[in-house]
Amino acid sequence: MSDPVIIIGSGVGGYTVAREWRKRDKETALMIISADGAESYSKPMLSNALDKGKPADSLVMADAEKMADNLNADIRSRVRLESINPAQHSVSTTAGEFTYSKLVLSMGANPIRLVFKGNAANEVLSVNNLDDYRLFRDQLQGKKQVTIIGAGLIGCEFANDLCNNDIKVQVIDLSPQPLGRLLPEKMADAVKQSLADLGVCWYLGKSVSEINTHDSGYRLTLDDGSLLDTELILSAVGLQPVTELAATAGFDVQRGIVVNRKLQTSDSDVYALGDCAEVEGLVLPFILPLMNAARTLAANLAGDDVEVSYPAMPVAVKTPAIPLVICPPSAGSQGIWTETDMGVGIQSLCHSPSGDLLGFALSGATVSKKTELAKQIAHWL
Amino acid sequence: MKKWLCVVCGFVYEEAAGLPEEGIAAGTSWDDIPDDWECPDCGVGKADFEMVEV
Repeated sequence: MSDPVIIIGSGVGGYTVAREWRKRDKETALMIISADGAESYSKPMLSNALDKGKPADSLVMADAEKMADNLNADIRSRVRLESINPAQHSVSTTAGEFTYSKLVLSMGANPIRLVFKGNAANEVLSVNNLDDYRLFRDQLQGKKQVTIIGAGLIGCEFANDLCNNDIKVQVIDLSPQPLGRLLPEKMADAVKQSLADLGVCWYLGKSVSEINTHDSGYRLTLDDGSLLDTELILSAVGLQPVTELAATAGFDVQRGIVVNRKLQTSDSDVYALGDCAEVEGLVLPFILPLMNAARTLAANLAGDDVEVSYPAMPVAVKTPAIPLVICPPSAGSQGIWTETDMGVGIQSLCHSPSGDLLGFALSGATVSKKTELAKQIAHWL
Repeated sequence: MKKWLCVVCGFVYEEAAGLPEEGIAAGTSWDDIPDDWECPDCGVGKADFEMVEV
């Protein structure tokens, strides 16, 4: 029997590749190695499950056993990758060594951990997978106040979700506005106001220097010396692609594991996608680019020779307090924002000096224009 | 009228509301949506949606 295709990671990327590939090839052996429980769950729903009244375990759509059955795959859960040995076509793991015919790296990203002083600096939670989320929901029980460090997409979504459940939320960010890197000023103000109306207390333009235990919770010391007491701290300051083992194995790694548009790494039998991968310079940790990449990768595994294409892909922000869709201009592009209050929401458009649409942000009822506007933007890839 | 939940990204299709901006009129039942239709938020096909009881 020939060696199996091995997929490292059972997140949306790993499982989507497996599912799409199985539509083409039902027989070739497939092994999926997962550091966690290998449950199939909707990751984007981690940041709005509270509001939907869903306990962590209800987000599981299929456990490892059921996925193994669905995908005709050998799924190894709670197994960690230790090294990749491209010369031997093998991977070493906590469950032994396995040889592969093709290898797919879908290892995701780790939350960036800021370094704080204080005796409780290590008690800061971050949520980037179902295990993290179980812990978060467990610790949230009986709590009435949560402090979020980071006012990006995940920070804002969690802030909205927690507020809707009568939990007081404080959000701290170094940037003077929420979603600082993604939104122009007027739209950012609207987001700030909508979440403030819901009860979010903003601490913007500030950073945390120290975290200590205090009473039954924590006391944060901010860089301006002010003190903030809270019961639970959630950090959402960004993601760092998981690249270390790929780099050690000798693959090209920049910010993510470098792949071409066929999703191949510098070793043509090894592919990568999702939050750990960098496709022609782009690291896009969002669901839509991931799905595009997964389909292309699966087709190539099945013997096609196709390249991924990225149209402009808007991101829907799950903040029910202010429906929001963002399609940020590509990094490094020079554009001018025009922001118009349409009555039912704000429409912010970013144009190049020659008048081409580069990106946009829409709030309220104007989000319905997202598809039409996205089509006007040049392909990212 | 039913609601359908995208199990990948959490997008909800409400039959009563339709998706007029995508040419799907309010009141369009799930069965009448073309098979090649994709979730506007994540691009998965109809097969990956799951029905939510309302």
